[in-house]
Amino acid sequence: MEKEEDLFVPRQVTTEENFAPGHRACIGCGEALAVRYVCKALGKNVIIVTATGCIEIFSSLLPQTSWQMAWIHTLFENVAAVMSGIESAYKVRVRKGKIPDKNVKFVGFGGDGATTDIGIQALSGAMERGHDFLYVCYDNEAYMNTGIQRSSSTPYGAWTTTAPVGKKSSIGQVTWKKNMPEIAVAHNIPYVATASPSYPLDLMAKVKRGAEMDGPAYIHILSVCPTGWRSPTDITIELGRLAVETGVFPLYEVIDGEYNLSVDLPDLKPVTEYLKKQGRFKHLNDDTIATIQTRVEEDYVKLREKAGVK
Amino acid sequence: MTKGKIVGLEGSFAVAEAVRMANADVIAAYPITPQTHIVERLSEMVADGDLDADFICVESEHSAMSACVGASAAGARVFTCSAGQGLELMHEVLYIPSSMRLPVVAVAANRALSAPLSVWCDHSDVMALRDISWIQMFAENNQQAFDLTTCAYRIAEDKDVLFPTMVHIDGFYLSHVIEDMVLPEEEEVAGFIPDYEHPFVLDPDKPVSMGCYGPPFIYPETKKAQDVAFDNTRPKIQEIWDEFGEIFGRHYSPVESYKMDGARIALLTMGSCSETAMLAVDELREAGIDVGLIRLRLWRPFPFKELREAVKQLDLLVVLDRAISFGMGGPVCSELKSALYNKREDLKIVGFIAGLGGRDIQISEFKYMVTQAQEKVKAIERGEEVETEIIGVREGGGR
Ligand SMILES: Cc1ncc(C[n+]2csc(CCOP(=O)(O)OP(=O)(O)O)c2C)c(N)n1
Ligand code: SF4
Ligand SMILES: [Mg+2]
Repeated sequence: MEKEEDLFVPRQVTTEENFAPGHRACIGCGEALAVRYVCKALGKNVIIVTATGCIEIFSSLLPQTSWQMAWIHTLFENVAAVMSGIESAYKVRVRKGKIPDKNVKFVGFGGDGATTDIGIQALSGAMERGHDFLYVCYDNEAYMNTGIQRSSSTPYGAWTTTAPVGKKSSIGQVTWKKNMPEIAVAHNIPYVATASPSYPLDLMAKVKRGAEMDGPAYIHILSVCPTGWRSPTDITIELGRLAVETGVFPLYEVIDGEYNLSVDLPDLKPVTEYLKKQGRFKHLNDDTIATIQTRVEEDYVKLREKAGVK
Repeated sequence: MTKGKIVGLEGSFAVAEAVRMANADVIAAYPITPQTHIVERLSEMVADGDLDADFICVESEHSAMSACVGASAAGARVFTCSAGQGLELMHEVLYIPSSMRLPVVAVAANRALSAPLSVWCDHSDVMALRDISWIQMFAENNQQAFDLTTCAYRIAEDKDVLFPTMVHIDGFYLSHVIEDMVLPEEEEVAGFIPDYEHPFVLDPDKPVSMGCYGPPFIYPETKKAQDVAFDNTRPKIQEIWDEFGEIFGRHYSPVESYKMDGARIALLTMGSCSETAMLAVDELREAGIDVGLIRLRLWRPFPFKELREAVKQLDLLVVLDRAISFGMGGPVCSELKSALYNKREDLKIVGFIAGLGGRDIQISEFKYMVTQAQEKVKAIERGEEVETEIIGVREGGGR
């Protein structure tokens, strides 16, 4: 029998590719897939600002481009500031009668490095000032473009080239993943969500909601990176689902401060199911995995409490 | 001849008036002494409804310039201003509007660089911006601060130019000093700076990709194109200054001179101290020394031709630097030597450094430079090494 998605997805999702094929992402890149879904959901009436990182590199090699909509890249850490200028310019020019108001959406794209590390100041500033924009963080949990260096979004215990697993008893990354969606929530913005390209309809619905919202909106997308995670290229979707099913990366929305779980799982799968499929965790011993398991469960309980689920 | 009224304004307010009359759309700036009065005045103008603009109170200078880049790419007329450390923090972003041909207009209230912290004027911040491919010019009084900011919009936005433009005003000396100046009629300024349309803007109806990356097979072509286009702005800058002169009665050119008739020696300055140097020239002339003054109005693109013309009759050029290129000497002096090399073998060029971190340069010090430079020429002729002298500095400790 055909699955429900097979019947309905083609009708719900445009076949138009606003992010054109032919880009140069690695095989199995979850980030490229996420960008593609986000661009489908956004449509063409947008201006997109992208940070330096894998996305900009695989999509824009002069004189070619994958972007079918108005797009700009300048630097690594300033997406939210460039966005602020564009949004302001548009508003003022409409107000002064220089251009008609066509309800254009302003959307910023950044990797986890561009968002949680070097660009967090600009992003915080733009959210605090209340510009009307959507910011999408494509979190592949390291600086992939420069060769898999750790970021503050790299998970505990993951190997990276700057958090290597040394000959002494080191475990790779020794800090816990920065909770960027919570930092966005703390700015009292109207919309924050997490999403995954393994749940495309959920992702696209969130992008639409975020873009429609008045004021700043923030979406944090876990983007599987086979190259950096040392995972097979044909299990990207599966890994994305496992991240959710183990509670490692829960899907939720925070609308005007109200938490809602998008996928609620009373029984989480053990984190090993997610970890063992990735080379970046292959060195972990049972004790470290147990530490991760405890932390994931605690965080999940806290999240469920915020969402008012027992 | 122009209408307008005579007012007393500090340099910061003169700049703010120019931005208001240019009817800027977006201002993004971050406060730093001695630029603060500009942002405060502009904030008031926006709050009072005298200027219909968005003032984005960004959280850093890096974001200030980034927001200007975004706003300019979206077709807005923009403004920012900064100084010293702010320009340094902005540095990375300054290369973007010039490489992407976005006509951002900025004013720098020149300030020394830390450490030690100094909020006072010198040109260390300017010298760190030499290669950013912005059109850069120096004002020496508040009238010029207004005039050059007004011209900056016309120049930057001209379709044959499309380069960001920066006006340098010396921190405190101009930013905080009230002077008489002519404030022209608003309509006259509006006529001089008409609305503009950038040929390529971020517009969903006509999508373009801006800021793609350039691997070796194409990067050099983009940079040569930028260099050629930047060089080609020179005639346009003069043309616009000439048009300004015809309307407003004040004339500017890339290299301006004072009492150069029959001069064998000239001082060369940039910025507010030029007026002190004029007084020194007056006194030296009275004492029978054939000395004049050359002021660089246009700093980038460098006015080679006009400079060579200005020094044609000279035996000795005495260059003042308000910054140190550590291990190299005075940066302006180095540039002048390179600009004149192979052109005037017989011209001697002697550099001095003074006025660091807001220390005043006295008339007597300009006179000292001229006499001392003649001594140095003799030393050069004897084959001795002559180093750049830093003057007006206490030696040997103590208070
Ligand atoms: C100011 C600055 N510092 C460092 C870099 C080098 N750099 C470019 S992309 C990048 C990492 C990008 O990581 P992330 O934002 O996570 O995006 P990803 O490539 O993983 O998608 C770094 C460090 C830069 N371009 N600019
Ligand atoms: S390194 Fe990772 S994120 Fe970057 S293109 Fe390859 S798979 Fe995608
Ligand atoms: Mg990353």
